[in-house]
Amino acid sequence: MTAALHTQDLGKRYRGRWALRGCTLTVPPGRVAGLVGPNGAGKSTLLQLAVGLLRPSAGTVEVLGGPPAHDPEQLARVGYVAQDTPVYAALSVREHLRFGAWLNPRWDNELAGRRIAQLDLDPGQRAGKLSGGQRAQLALTLALAKRPGLLILDEPVASLDPLARREFLRHLMEAVAEHEVSVLLSSHLVTDLERVCDYLIVLAAGHVQVTGEVEQLLATHHRLTGPRRDPAAMPGGQQVIEASHTDRQSTLIVRSEGPIHDPAWTVGQLSLEDVVLAYMSQANCAGQASRSGLEAVR
Amino acid sequence: MIRFTLRQFRASAATAYAAMAVIAIVLAVTGPRLAHYYDAHVVGCQAAGNCNAVTETFLGFYHAVQASLGPVLLVLPALIGIFWGAPLLAHELETGTFRLAWTQSLTRNRWLAVKMGVGGLAAMAAAGLLSLMVTWWFSPLDRWNGNRFTPAMFGERGIVPIGYAAFAFAFGVVGGLLIRRTVPAMAATLVAYLAARLGMTYLVRPHLMTPLRVTTAVLLGGKNGAAPASASTLNPQDWVLASNTINAAGHVIGQDGTITVNGTQGIMFATGPGGVSLAGVGRCPNIPAGTVPGRDPHSSSLLQACITRLGIRQELVYQPISRYWAFQGLELAIFLAAALALAGICFWWVCRRLT
Amino acid sequence: MIEFHLDSRSGVAPYLQLIQQVRHALRLGLLREGDQLPTVKDAVARLAINPNTVLKAYRELEYEGLAAARPGVGTFVTRTLSDASLPAHGPLRQDLRRWLARARQAGLDDESIEALFMSTFRAAAGEDVA
Repeated sequence: MTAALHTQDLGKRYRGRWALRGCTLTVPPGRVAGLVGPNGAGKSTLLQLAVGLLRPSAGTVEVLGGPPAHDPEQLARVGYVAQDTPVYAALSVREHLRFGAWLNPRWDNELAGRRIAQLDLDPGQRAGKLSGGQRAQLALTLALAKRPGLLILDEPVASLDPLARREFLRHLMEAVAEHEVSVLLSSHLVTDLERVCDYLIVLAAGHVQVTGEVEQLLATHHRLTGPRRDPAAMPGGQQVIEASHTDRQSTLIVRSEGPIHDPAWTVGQLSLEDVVLAYMSQANCAGQASRSGLEAVR
Repeated sequence: MIRFTLRQFRASAATAYAAMAVIAIVLAVTGPRLAHYYDAHVVGCQAAGNCNAVTETFLGFYHAVQASLGPVLLVLPALIGIFWGAPLLAHELETGTFRLAWTQSLTRNRWLAVKMGVGGLAAMAAAGLLSLMVTWWFSPLDRWNGNRFTPAMFGERGIVPIGYAAFAFAFGVVGGLLIRRTVPAMAATLVAYLAARLGMTYLVRPHLMTPLRVTTAVLLGGKNGAAPASASTLNPQDWVLASNTINAAGHVIGQDGTITVNGTQGIMFATGPGGVSLAGVGRCPNIPAGTVPGRDPHSSSLLQACITRLGIRQELVYQPISRYWAFQGLELAIFLAAALALAGICFWWVCRRLT
Repeated sequence: MIEFHLDSRSGVAPYLQLIQQVRHALRLGLLREGDQLPTVKDAVARLAINPNTVLKAYRELEYEGLAAARPGVGTFVTRTLSDASLPAHGPLRQDLRRWLARARQAGLDDESIEALFMSTFRAAAGEDVA
C-alpha cells in the first residue's frame, strides 16, 4: 500500500542553517498522524515540503506515491491547511466555496454546503470578519471538499480557544470517519494530539526523534525507578531515552521491545506526553552538548 | 482560475472602468463641438482675417477638460502599475493566501499565467481605449499646435500608452513579488515608471532612428539679438533635436545662434538663454563699431556677407514628422518587450526560486 | 442507546474505557440484546477521538462475543452480561450501606474509607489470582 508520506534523508536549508535534516520516515495510509515538537523544530518546514510549497535542499519526499505538487492530479490528492489558516479576507464564505469548486476537479459541493450549514456559518459573511475558529473550520471545509486522499494541517488549533479547538478536532474526526482520508497534523502540544492520533512523529532540532504507532510507543516505553544505576550499564535491548538521578535513586525512561525482567526496577506506565517530553529533552541535551563541545552523557 | 481572477479583480477594475466611462461621456459630449469649431472657424481664419480672436477662443475651448484630461495618459500607466500590478502578488504573499492558492489543483505556472494575463490585458485595453478617446478629442488642438512629436506630447497620444501600461503593470507585479509588501512595491513601481519614461524620452527616443541633418544659412533676425528666421525646409511638426551653429570646418560653435555685434573687432556669437558664447570666430573688418543687426539694412547686409564668407551656417538635427508612427511603433515594441521580460522573471522566480 | 465519555486522566487507554463502559451498561441492564451501539461517526463526533479507537473497541467486543457488526447498518449487542448475580445486588448494596455507616461512626473520613476499601480489595484480588 502506498505510504501517505515517505521521506528519504529529507533536508531543508535556509541561508546556511538547516531547518530540517536527515529526515527519513514513512507514514502508513489510513492513519491520523501527529507531528509534534517544540517551536522551531522544523514541523512547518516538513509539512510545506510535503505539499510542495518548499523545495528540498537534500533528499526526497513523496506523498501518496508521487512527488508533491507535481501536476494538477497530484495537487488534487492532497488537501492542506496552512498555519494561521489564510483566507481571502474580502471574499465571502460562499465565494470561497466557489473558489474551491472552480479550482478543484473533484470538488464535492454538497459536502461543502452541508458542513457550512452544520457549522452555522453565514455564507454571505466576509471571511475577514470570521473568528479564528470559524476561519479554521472554513479552511478545513475547503480542504475536505476537494476529496483528498491525504489531509495535511499545520498547527490548525494553535491559536484557538479550547472550545473552538475541541470543535475543530471533532469535525476533523467526523470527516475521517466518513471519508477514509489519511491525516497528518502538527502541533507543539501533545495534549491536542493525544485523543486523535494513532501515529506519532516527534521532531526536535530539525531531526526526527522517534516515529511509530501510538499504541506501539506506549507499549514499548516505560518508566523505571530503582536504586542508582549507570544508564550505560543497561542491557542491549533497552535504550535509555532520559535519565535522572539522586544520590540513591535513578529514574530512567527506556524503550524496550521486550518486557523488563530485572526485579530491581519498578516499572511504570507512561502517558504519550511523557514519551514525547523524554525525546524532546534528549534532543535538547544532544544539542547543548554538541554546542559546548562535550560528549553527551546518557 | 480565470473566473476567480476576475472576481478578485472586480473592485479595482470597476473603479477604473467607471472612471473611464465618465471620461468617455465628457469627451463624447464636448469633442464634436470642439472639432466643429475648428472646422468652421479656425481653418478659414486667415481668409476671414480674425485669426487672433478665433485662435484665442479655440485654445481656450473647454479649458477645464483640456487641463484635466490632457495629462490623464501620463498618469494612467502609473496608476495601473501601482494599483493593479503591485498588489497582484504582494497581497497574496503578505496575507499568506498564496499558501491556499498553490495547494489547490492547479500548478503555480497556470495560476501566475492567468493572474498576469488577465491583469495585463485589462491594463493594455484600458490604456488603448483611453488613448483612442483622448487622441480623438485633442486632434483639432494637436493639429493646430503641431507638437505631437515633442517630448511633452509624444507619450500622451497614440499607441505608446499601451506599452507604458503593460510595462508599469509588469514592473508592479515583479516589484510586489520581490519586495513582498504591497506599499513599498507601489512606491518602487512609481519610481521605476518615472525613470523608464524619462529615460526613454530624453536618452533613448532621440536615437531610435538616426536623426536627419540639414544645414541652412544663418540669417540675421529682424530685431536685436532675435533668433534668425531659418530658411529651412522643415515641417513645423518635425521634432528638432538640436539647432547648432557650425563654422566652415563643421565644428559646432554655438546653439540656437543669435547674433550681436561686439565692440570693434571680430564678431562675437552670443546665443539665446542657456547657450554657449564664443568670441573670435572670425573677423569682419569692414563692420564699423556700434553696428547692431537689424538697425539699418546696410550694416545688416554687411554683417550677413561676412557671416556667409566665414562659412558660418546653422545645422538642424531632427526627426521628420513622417517617422511619427514608426517611432510610436518602436517605442511600443520596446516597452512590450520589457514587460514580457519582466513577466518572464516573474515566472522564473515563482516557479523555480520562491520557496 | 448509550453515550460514551472519556476520562483523559485515568491512565486507561481510550479503547479500553469504551469497552468498560459497554460492559458496565450491559451489567446494569442499560443495554440489552439487540440494542445498537453508537455508530463510529456518532461516537467520534461526541468524543473527538480517532475513529480507529472506536473500531478497535468494537472489534474487541465482537471478539468477546458481546457484539456483532452488521455492515452498512451498525454494531449490535448480541449477549448481555447481566446474569444471575443481578438479584444478589440488592442485599449486597444494603450490607455495603451498613458497613459504610459503621466506618463513619468509627471516625473514618472519605479518603480513609476509600483507601481501606481499595487496599483490601486489591489484596483479596491478589489472593484470588494466586
